Amino acid sequence: MIEYLNILIIEIYKIFLLIIPILTAVAMIVWLDRRVWAFVQKRRGPNVVGPFGLFQSLADALKYIFKEIIIPASANKIIFVLAPIVTMTLALISWAVIPFSEEMVLANINVGILYLFAVSSLGVYGIIMGGWASNSKYPFLGAIRSAAQMVSYEVSIGVIIINVLLCVGSLNLTDIVLAQKNLWFIIPLFPMFVIFFISALAETNRPPFDLPEAEAELVAGYQTEYSGMMYAMFWLGEYANILLMCSMGSILFLGGWLSPIDLYPFTLVPAPLWLIIKILLLFILFSLVKAIVPRYRYDQLMKLGWKIFLPLSLTWVVLTASYLFYFNLLPVN
Amino acid sequence: MKISRLLKTILLLDFMSGLVIAIKESFKSKKTINYPFEKGKISPRFRGEHALRRYPNGEERCIACKLCEAVCPAQAITIESTEKEDGSRKTTRYDIDMLKCIYCGLCEESCPVDAIVQGPNFEFSTETREELYYNKQKLLDNGDRWESLLAANIKADNPYR
Repeated sequence: MIEYLNILIIEIYKIFLLIIPILTAVAMIVWLDRRVWAFVQKRRGPNVVGPFGLFQSLADALKYIFKEIIIPASANKIIFVLAPIVTMTLALISWAVIPFSEEMVLANINVGILYLFAVSSLGVYGIIMGGWASNSKYPFLGAIRSAAQMVSYEVSIGVIIINVLLCVGSLNLTDIVLAQKNLWFIIPLFPMFVIFFISALAETNRPPFDLPEAEAELVAGYQTEYSGMMYAMFWLGEYANILLMCSMGSILFLGGWLSPIDLYPFTLVPAPLWLIIKILLLFILFSLVKAIVPRYRYDQLMKLGWKIFLPLSLTWVVLTASYLFYFNLLPVN
Repeated sequence: MKISRLLKTILLLDFMSGLVIAIKESFKSKKTINYPFEKGKISPRFRGEHALRRYPNGEERCIACKLCEAVCPAQAITIESTEKEDGSRKTTRYDIDMLKCIYCGLCEESCPVDAIVQGPNFEFSTETREELYYNKQKLLDNGDRWESLLAANIKADNPYR
């Protein structure tokens, strides 16, 4: 009995050790996003609260906590309240399988990538629930758009992941990183990395694919009726998802925690730091894209997803598979 | 033509050049100012918070001619006046409803003695509506506080009047 309790306490301790840095990182990343966006537009961005404005997100969170939560009279109250919770939870539980170094991983399950994919697919539920339960036209339209968009781009992300899996021969994220010891997958699979990046933008509803919350036509999409902490939870979930997509990109293509060159000065840097650096670089690219690209039209978005990305990534799967098969390079476990 | 355009699309050349420009621009000097700490330049004609001025000897400039009250398009000004012992007319009441005021500057234009002026202060937000119903005392206090700037601004703007 006491043994089980001990294990439980250790696991809870580990979870807190993971979840608190991630929540902090999400807050910091919001600040970074606003800052990068401002810099591209030659503005200063938030720079008043704390050093360089680092505590801006904290101040925002405090503001959200003290704001009143308004639930529309005609809303389905249970689902309305549940939606941000679902979004937030799903965004956080996927972090369980992300390996920060060879040992630093909360749940080293052997179908890690499948788990990640499944959980990120579930993310659309939070948005649909929020949009439907609001019982109002803009949230509903936003939720429909978002569902269609996320489903379309998930297909191509899935196919891209198959590419990587063909080269690795394992679904375990640690194995995927270790397989890149000699060559990061970004080099042989560069086109796939580009498509993955663009699909990740669409998957997380970032500009130029932020049609679910297109403020010009849909007010704020599925978030229109939300206020206070519930809105903040959508917001945190969204950024946690973006961070997750960045870490997925760095694990699948940029060699996870591995240092770029296995030489003396680079090996001094602790492994998790490399992963964090790669995630940050990818995230800065995310926010730069937000600053420079205009929003897509909805039919363009669908055309890009189904008529360009899906055939391209499928073709690449065939190419990779035939190449590996012909030169007898298929990984055998 | 078509092939070059296709290549451009596939290689994301437009996107890449946009990215390069964005990175270049983000290192250039900022076009905005650190507002609460540094403020933008304000013209001497700036129409901000109202103030009632005094003569250097401390006497109120306002002669209760009520031109400002008459000209005010928002009817934000209310004036009542009496005659003093020395025969001069003085205001007993000079209220401005800053919520009604549209900051058009007509009161300042109409004033024959430069008594009511709009100063350079634009940071007078309050937490209640009541605080924005200015009375004579508040306006005179404003005048006392901003007098040096007000006088300088009127002098600077004088050649253009």
